[in-house]
Amino acid sequence: MRAIRVNRSAAERRAATIPTRRTVKKEWQAAWLLKAITLMDLTTLAGDDTAGNVKRLCAKARHPLREDIVDALGARSLGVTVGAVCVYHELVATAVAALEGSGVPVAAVSTGFPAGLSPFEQRLAEIHASVKAGAKEIDIVITRGHVLTGDWQALYDEVKAFRAACGDAHLKAILATGELATLTNVARASWVAMQAGADFIKTSTGKEGTNATLPVSLVMVRQIREYEAATGFKVGYKPAGGIRTAKQSLDYLLLMKEELGDRWLQPDLFRFGASSLLTDIERQLEHFVTGRYAASHRQPMP
Amino acid sequence: MPSVAELFKTMDYGPAPESDAEARAWLARHGAKFGHFVNGAWTKAGTTFDVIDPSTNTDLAKVTQGTQKDVDAAVAAARKAFPKWSRLSAHARARHLYALARMVQKHSRLFAVIESMDNGKSIRETRDLDIPLVARHFYHHAGWAQLMSTEFAGYGPVGVVGQIIPWNFPLLMLAWKVAPALAAGNTVVLKPAEFTPLSALLFAELADEAGLPPGVLNIITGDGRTGAALVEHEDVDKIAFTGSTDVGRIIRRATAGSGKKLSLELGGKSPFIVYEDADLDGVVEGVVDAIWFNQGQVCCAGSRLLVQEGIHDRLMEKLRARMEKLRVGKPLDKAVDMGAIVAPEQLERITELVKQGQNEGAVMWQPSWSVPKTGCFYPPTLFTNVEPASTIAQVEIFGPVLVAMSFRTPEESVALANNTPFGLAASVWTENVNLALDIAPKLKAGVVWVNATNLFDAAAGFGGYRESGYGREGGREGMWEYVKRMKDEGGRVRVNGGAVKAASRVAARSSILHPSASIQDLPSVDRTAKLFIGGKQARPDSGYSRSILGPKGIRIGEVGDGNRKDLRNAVEAAHAAAKSWSRSTAHLRAQILYYIGENLDARAEEFAARLRAQTGATAAEARREVEASVSRLFSYAAWADKWDGAVHHVPIRGVALAMNEAIGVVAVVAPDESPLLGFVSTVAPLLATSNAVVVVPSEPHPLSATDLYTVFESSDVPGGAVNIVTGAKDALAKTLAEHDDVEGIWYWGSKDGKKAVEFASAGNMKRTWCHAGAIDWTAPVDEREFLRETTQVKNIWVPYGE
Repeated sequence: MRAIRVNRSAAERRAATIPTRRTVKKEWQAAWLLKAITLMDLTTLAGDDTAGNVKRLCAKARHPLREDIVDALGARSLGVTVGAVCVYHELVATAVAALEGSGVPVAAVSTGFPAGLSPFEQRLAEIHASVKAGAKEIDIVITRGHVLTGDWQALYDEVKAFRAACGDAHLKAILATGELATLTNVARASWVAMQAGADFIKTSTGKEGTNATLPVSLVMVRQIREYEAATGFKVGYKPAGGIRTAKQSLDYLLLMKEELGDRWLQPDLFRFGASSLLTDIERQLEHFVTGRYAASHRQPMP
Repeated sequence: MPSVAELFKTMDYGPAPESDAEARAWLARHGAKFGHFVNGAWTKAGTTFDVIDPSTNTDLAKVTQGTQKDVDAAVAAARKAFPKWSRLSAHARARHLYALARMVQKHSRLFAVIESMDNGKSIRETRDLDIPLVARHFYHHAGWAQLMSTEFAGYGPVGVVGQIIPWNFPLLMLAWKVAPALAAGNTVVLKPAEFTPLSALLFAELADEAGLPPGVLNIITGDGRTGAALVEHEDVDKIAFTGSTDVGRIIRRATAGSGKKLSLELGGKSPFIVYEDADLDGVVEGVVDAIWFNQGQVCCAGSRLLVQEGIHDRLMEKLRARMEKLRVGKPLDKAVDMGAIVAPEQLERITELVKQGQNEGAVMWQPSWSVPKTGCFYPPTLFTNVEPASTIAQVEIFGPVLVAMSFRTPEESVALANNTPFGLAASVWTENVNLALDIAPKLKAGVVWVNATNLFDAAAGFGGYRESGYGREGGREGMWEYVKRMKDEGGRVRVNGGAVKAASRVAARSSILHPSASIQDLPSVDRTAKLFIGGKQARPDSGYSRSILGPKGIRIGEVGDGNRKDLRNAVEAAHAAAKSWSRSTAHLRAQILYYIGENLDARAEEFAARLRAQTGATAAEARREVEASVSRLFSYAAWADKWDGAVHHVPIRGVALAMNEAIGVVAVVAPDESPLLGFVSTVAPLLATSNAVVVVPSEPHPLSATDLYTVFESSDVPGGAVNIVTGAKDALAKTLAEHDDVEGIWYWGSKDGKKAVEFASAGNMKRTWCHAGAIDWTAPVDEREFLRETTQVKNIWVPYGE
């Protein structure tokens, strides 16, 4: 574990040039933005969530783009939907019902999200309950203290127990990187989470002071690459929090393509956690289709 | 064009072209044909040559081959503009430089596109690196212009400066040269490289629009012949050159003895050292920035990868994977990593060297994809199984070709890193701060980047050690290259040699005695001085002695007649001593210099008598010279622990440590006049900053120096730190100037001697500080000036942050 060291300045330099070394324009950009939609975990995680707004979100998940835009792009055959809908446990059943037949899975944040400091048994019970309610993906949070104190065994045991509780559901391990202090800690925590069986590693709850960033993502995806080289297992990646613009989503796709390769541009290995991103992508796609700059209020609200 | 639905499945990259419309419109406005830009106006195009876009091998424009007449006109224009420009207030010049910075920013994209088309480098680099740095240099130097009168008090501009720049960073090299020159109040004639003259011409035109007075900046285009005419022009006061070491040598020889100030930024074969605890993914990107930046056409490219053995294979595997992902293509495509090589000639040279590398048994690897067939493209290339003896490990390839070698220990990494005639830059990768800060000072390089590479900024000096040239560009250290001490300031007045001799003659007395012959009744004990080498008194190899005559022609002593072999031995002894002397603490060196002063003072009477015997000085003059010598020793003892470096404020999270490092082994050909004070004034500052010296003392009056042997022996001076070889001055000076293991040479003597030393120094591009004519050494000297000459600045960039 201690051999994993990340040089922060070097990582930041690389992260800073990923968006400047590569870009996609015109048809390519449109295709990439469509792809970004399919990689999106359309998310609502607010204290005032109700069945009403979750149903609206699910409707948007089924039809993320206006029909006229889909046709203009020649994309009808692609059957574009979002990657998943992500909600709190209480709204899992609502979402599952609303998405029935769409093929869009429901993800539940779990294990005492966002701080992850509720009693351990309760955290396990929460996973069981969400899986039972129909969640196919469980986004767990780790105990940051294990990382900050270097108790890697405790972190491993914790994630492993969550993994077992998930059963057939996929486990996404939220590292809450904004609370891990250093990139080296991020790299080490990524490694342990993967060893413990995480299907995805994810940056943030969206509730920390700093959420997904390109340098943090660079560090995490490099660990995924190392893990695959060492074990042959492909682990997925999910940046979450603060990804609001189409341009940002392209930057993340560039990062994945450059550092991990095209295989990680598919929803089984890459997701964005996002809520307002979709509307911006819709606007950019409308602009591509019409040549006119688009307005948010002309896109159906999620 | 593939459909969106198809692209959705492939997720390929597509074209992302930057428009060249504005750039082509600018060329068209000039009929794609240019004269020179002299005295604020375009000259009529003369005999022209073609400038090509190397990515397509098509013509961009025709520019004029500068003739002797053209150079004369440009230098005349600069000379005419000089008085007014140099007398502008510091603030007024600051405003002009500020305006140039703003001008560059206002036209940044036009510059970026022109540069990319002309050079073949990617628009990403010109847009994100070259042009922003150009603006940064003018802003930074607007600051130096503003502060000239206080921060360089007593110094003024050199005059008309001739500048010759290379094709790899055309506009950036212009900025590095023009900004400090103008800030200091010089006027400029600049010749851009014949492959890439366009951005300089655009700059001149826009600088004129920005209000730069006519004649302050003149651009003449042409090939090496034009450059040679500029170098040899009698009315040029300084030459600044960036380019190959071969051409640098020619320029050093051409300017020898001319009195022209000279700064040279030459080639490199810079090491990129990776220790086993480094962040290897960070290293891989560092390598990309080191050798696949600007197609590897970078003087400080990290072209020699030195990897600790245990991680060698893993790093190579990672590198090859990364190389597969690099993209080479049209320079104006915004999504390529590398554009075109600058010209077919350069492409051919790279291709040949790569072939040679393979023939010599190194293993070449290139990615599976191929580069565009038309235009000058070359793929990123990695060589493994390379030995230090391979050609590709030694010569500067100036292309995207990396050679990798392994090492076992930190000590071996330093040995391999320094195993080159060059010394421009180095990159050190480790997560261990102890190791990084131990290695950085041991590397013979003007710039060291810790866990980074190719970081540049106007606030930090850039320039080489060894055959990578001398002088710095950027920062305070760079400004010194463009200033000279104003006359009648600083107190050091030059007098002619005749006057000193005349004074000596007047002072001659009949009662001059050999100091050791004080007991008149007995024959004196013979004190024929030997040489002083490695802390021991050694007989001269020649087996001959030279008679030393007093002012009346009476023989007053003998010294050894030193020859080449004595100098060889002295230089070897100096190197042996330098190993520990260069690492001695400043406090220790101060103690030793004080001690020399103390012991000299104890024998003041004797030394004074010796001076009188040699030069015929009066008792008072002789006493004053001894006193002044003791005082000067105290001064440099005082300076030893105060010649501090600086911490530059570069725009990163980190620091650039500008360390004043000893040059190493320096030869001193001491002045003839003031046989004791001249010796002490030149040797003491070198010792204070931990150089080891080989001194040729005053040829007519060497006995004061030979008397110092016992002073040194009794003052804890480590053997070999000071070596003294007496003999025929200019013959010994020539041997020292030619010696490839002497790193610097100071010379006081004749005009011809100065010229010969400067000429011969081109062999290993040693630093020279040469003076013709006698000096009144009893007057106060500018100690900082001496100390500056004893050291070279190494900038160590240390980005930090966990």
